[in-house]
Amino acid sequence: MSSDDLNRVIKRIAHEMVEQNKGTENMILVGIHRRGVYLARRLQKIIEEVEGTKVPCGELDITLYRDDLTMLFEQPMVHSTRMPQDISGKNIYLVDDVLYTGRTVRAALEALVDLGRPSSVKLAVIIDRGHRELPIHADMCGKNVPTSKNEVIEVKVTELDGKDEVVICERDAQ
Amino acid sequence: MPSEVGQIVWRHRNVIDVDCFTREELYFLLDQARHMENVMDRPIKKVPVLRGKMAVNLFFENSTRTRVSFELAEKMLSADVVNWSVSGSSHAKGETMRDTAWTLEAMGADIVVMRHGAVGSAQYLASKLKRAIVLNAGDGTHAHPTQALLDLYTAWKHLGNLEGKKIALVGDVLHSRVARSDIIAFKTIGCDVVLSGPPTMMPREINSLGCRYEKDPKKAVENADMVYLLRIQKERQQDGLFPSVDEYHRWWGADDDLMKYAKPGALAMHPGPINRGVEIASEVADGHQSVILEQVRSGVAIRMALLYLCGGGAR
Repeated sequence: MSSDDLNRVIKRIAHEMVEQNKGTENMILVGIHRRGVYLARRLQKIIEEVEGTKVPCGELDITLYRDDLTMLFEQPMVHSTRMPQDISGKNIYLVDDVLYTGRTVRAALEALVDLGRPSSVKLAVIIDRGHRELPIHADMCGKNVPTSKNEVIEVKVTELDGKDEVVICERDAQ
Repeated sequence: MPSEVGQIVWRHRNVIDVDCFTREELYFLLDQARHMENVMDRPIKKVPVLRGKMAVNLFFENSTRTRVSFELAEKMLSADVVNWSVSGSSHAKGETMRDTAWTLEAMGADIVVMRHGAVGSAQYLASKLKRAIVLNAGDGTHAHPTQALLDLYTAWKHLGNLEGKKIALVGDVLHSRVARSDIIAFKTIGCDVVLSGPPTMMPREINSLGCRYEKDPKKAVENADMVYLLRIQKERQQDGLFPSVDEYHRWWGADDDLMKYAKPGALAMHPGPINRGVEIASEVADGHQSVILEQVRSGVAIRMALLYLCGGGAR
């Protein structure tokens, strides 16, 4: 997926969010560390351009909620969780780059519940690559990409990676 | 906050002293503690990262604040906590530490936090445990790594990049495990450490620690970014290491007059519990420069970070 394709997808998701929420009232965008945070900020900017309202945007770190810490090769680094306001009674729009097994989203839901009681939680992802291990689905999805487990999908964002693109690589080639 | 924090692979299983850490690892640990501190501000002060792990706090010496701090950190990370007190325990009946270690593992301990009066006890325990990790909560006059790390964290939060900052440590350095670990930690991160206190309370190997000694506390404190007051154990007075508590306070006690020699806004720190009117006057302990209570809070955050990195996140 090229930079233009990615930007189109983000714009579409922003419109879908506003449509589903029937405006921007009571809405909070929450990006999952790391790339979800940058994607959520972009969505915030687009929604502001379209609706003229700056939707609050938070960031959520799920490292301390993962159930697969012992299976990870690298040392998981804890990041900050910052919410712009109390999330109780709000419509949360969780944002992440890739939806895979669903375990990250499960952890994110658990982390959110510890921070308050949202009215609703919806999930927006750029890529859904399948292989779900939990009953979780995306409410807004940029693109469904059937993959093999030997493949890895990398969503790159300029803020972190110097360019916008989505690529599929072989796991061993990482 | 300095931007020197990078991703590292945590290689430490036990924490016996701070001399095992590189500068990069110290900054990484401080950064992780910063995020752990956020958990303390949440409505639900609990994350499930150590769920299912059993932590045993094995205290052969009395300590309220360190034990409670570890216990809070363990509970905030959802570990199951057992406090093993020495009085009335099998150890008091003559059980060796080796047998205690094996008993703990047979009971399923994953993390053992130990304080003991004997130098090297934490290292010994770690060598006898096959599976559980050991965090040293103070062994004799040797080391108190988590205290040094929480001091470092408190200083880092206030002063930012610590390289080149002047730290004055005043008091009984000779008998202080806090001082030894603090010297190592602050030197590793690039601080200039100056010691002051009665010559009878200074170790002989000051030069090998990479510190300077100034008998006159005013000279030691001059232009310091942080003044660290060490607790005087009143029982030392019977050893004749200083003439009287009053005289100690007059010479080396920190009051507003002494703090004037430090940089404006310099931090006043103390490991607690404080002896008011001995090593520190109330005007300093309760003054605007004091971060003593903040050190207590930092202790929980640092211990959470260590528990996570050694006991949960790395393996």
